[in-house]
Amino acid sequence: MKTELTVNGRRERLDADARTTLLDALRVHLELTGTKKGCDHGQCGACTVLVNGRRINSCLSLACMHEGDEIVTIEGLGEPDRLSDLQQAFLSHDGFQCGFCTPGQICSATAMLSEIEAGWPSHVSDDLDRTPELSSTEISERMSGNICRCSAYPNIVEAIKEAADRRRG
Amino acid sequence: MIPFDYQRAASAAEATGLARDGATFIAGGTNLLDLMKLEVMAPSRLVDINRLDLGGIEDTTGGGLRIGALVRNSDLAGDPRVRSSYPVLARALLAGASGQLRNKATTGGNLLQRTRCYYFYDTAMPCNKREPGSGCQAIGGATRLHAIFGTSDHCIATHPSDMAVAMRALDASIEIEDSAGNRRSVAISEFYRLPGTTPHIETVLKPGELITAVLLPPPGGTRQAYRKVRDRASYAFALVSVAGVVEMADGRMKRVALAFGGVGPQPWRNAEVEALLEGKAPSAELFEQAAGLLVAKARTQAGNAFKVPLLQRVLSATLNELTKG
Ligand SMILES: Cc1cc2nc3c(=O)[nH]c(=O)nc-3n(C[C@H](O)[C@H](O)[C@H](O)COP(=O)(O)OP(=O)(O)OC[C@H]3O[C@@H](n4cnc5c(N)ncnc54)[C@H](O)[C@@H]3O)c2cc1C
Ligand code: SF4
Ligand code: FES
Ligand code: FES
Repeated sequence: MKTELTVNGRRERLDADARTTLLDALRVHLELTGTKKGCDHGQCGACTVLVNGRRINSCLSLACMHEGDEIVTIEGLGEPDRLSDLQQAFLSHDGFQCGFCTPGQICSATAMLSEIEAGWPSHVSDDLDRTPELSSTEISERMSGNICRCSAYPNIVEAIKEAADRRRG
Repeated sequence: MIPFDYQRAASAAEATGLARDGATFIAGGTNLLDLMKLEVMAPSRLVDINRLDLGGIEDTTGGGLRIGALVRNSDLAGDPRVRSSYPVLARALLAGASGQLRNKATTGGNLLQRTRCYYFYDTAMPCNKREPGSGCQAIGGATRLHAIFGTSDHCIATHPSDMAVAMRALDASIEIEDSAGNRRSVAISEFYRLPGTTPHIETVLKPGELITAVLLPPPGGTRQAYRKVRDRASYAFALVSVAGVVEMADGRMKRVALAFGGVGPQPWRNAEVEALLEGKAPSAELFEQAAGLLVAKARTQAGNAFKVPLLQRVLSATLNELTKG
């Protein structure tokens, strides 16, 4: 299967078995190993990447379904000398222990803040129509698709809060 | 995964044409790929329908909504019309899966997601749904997620969707296109089949038929709620859930629609319970009576008998919430 897609701003041509997931294409074919494989079944969020600006689990998608799509991985959000605001906030707040879930957490949080900006409600929003607040309860619910086996949750929530507060100015 | 042939369809006609001889449509892929990795499902061909023009939500002339089969769960939950006129649907969607999964999961795929029965997922176990005639390991086994209504001696699995429960309370219908291009629409009450002796046949869809849309009539009530109980606060399937739509007039319940998740092989409804409530003023005794009637015909296993009292309490709580003030 030949597939053309954009990854972190670069045009890539893949030639892979149709069974190749987007996750394996990124890690094995394009050697972008920042994106992690936890469960490989949509249950942990370690494989979260952005596709056309939206967060998805790359383990539950086939690479060949992404012809023409724009993918952004943790490498595309920022690198050690130019960290994104969320990457910096995770560092400042110790938002991790082993770090395995962190790329997925940061990709997920990046898209989650855009979802809030777009006014999407969540399961814990009292009012479906009001602009959602950025309380700890809202952050936890919206980030529930990202499991942290080290349970760094309190610091993850603090990191996301700080980045969001800075963005709001 | 067992190797398969992959084809991207550009139109509904092409998709239904390609969907023969063991082929399966793929939409979001969040259920299908999970099951293909475990070799619970092994289609010979995947027909990718993501490029079809089925992604819109439109107002209908009758005052309802037409939801394209490829509308993502997150877009449906976020749609201003759904949030204001069909809040039970927005709430049910938001109570399901995770942000990542809802971005990918589609309306059609959500309706057709398979059961979460542990034995269905484990190819080392007998399962009549996965392998007709092999037996049912769940009966007498681990049944925390299993059904108490509509089961048979051949299968006691639940349909795990939250979205479909809200759609059942809203009297949705499902628009289907066959390979000749004919479209028909089937009420959601007629769409799912009870397991009986053939639990592997789950809906009235014939091989190769494509869901093109879900149609919602105007909402039957302005008071709507979705209450879901699960083993953790988020990102877990329902143990039991209740979708309720109520219209009040002069202190009485003029119209009542209640659908239940986590308890049946399809989103469950009970006309007798609704008839008992309609026309009456809300009261704790009445709600208790309704809850008793609802579970009167429950058939339980050791592992899921807890759903009988739980469902009664969740129903009473939901009715309280819907009728107060
Ligand atoms: C970890 C996890 C947690 C989850 N939690 C929940 C939860 O709490 N509540 C809940 O409701 N769901 C939950 N889900 C399930 C999720 O909602 C479904 O996987 C999703 O809705 C399926 O949609 P899809 O588009 O990805 O379907 P796919 O996987 O693409 O398809 C599913 C089936 O539908 C068929 N199909 C798809 N579209 C059409 C069409 N238009 N016409 C005909 N056939 C079609 C496919 O052939 C396939 O057989 C969870 C899933 C995971 C992995
Ligand atoms: S309950 Fe149904 S799905 Fe589960 S093992 Fe029995 S036959 Fe299979
Ligand atoms: S690896 Fe994709 S969700 Fe766990
Ligand atoms: S930091 Fe170890 S899993 Fe999250």
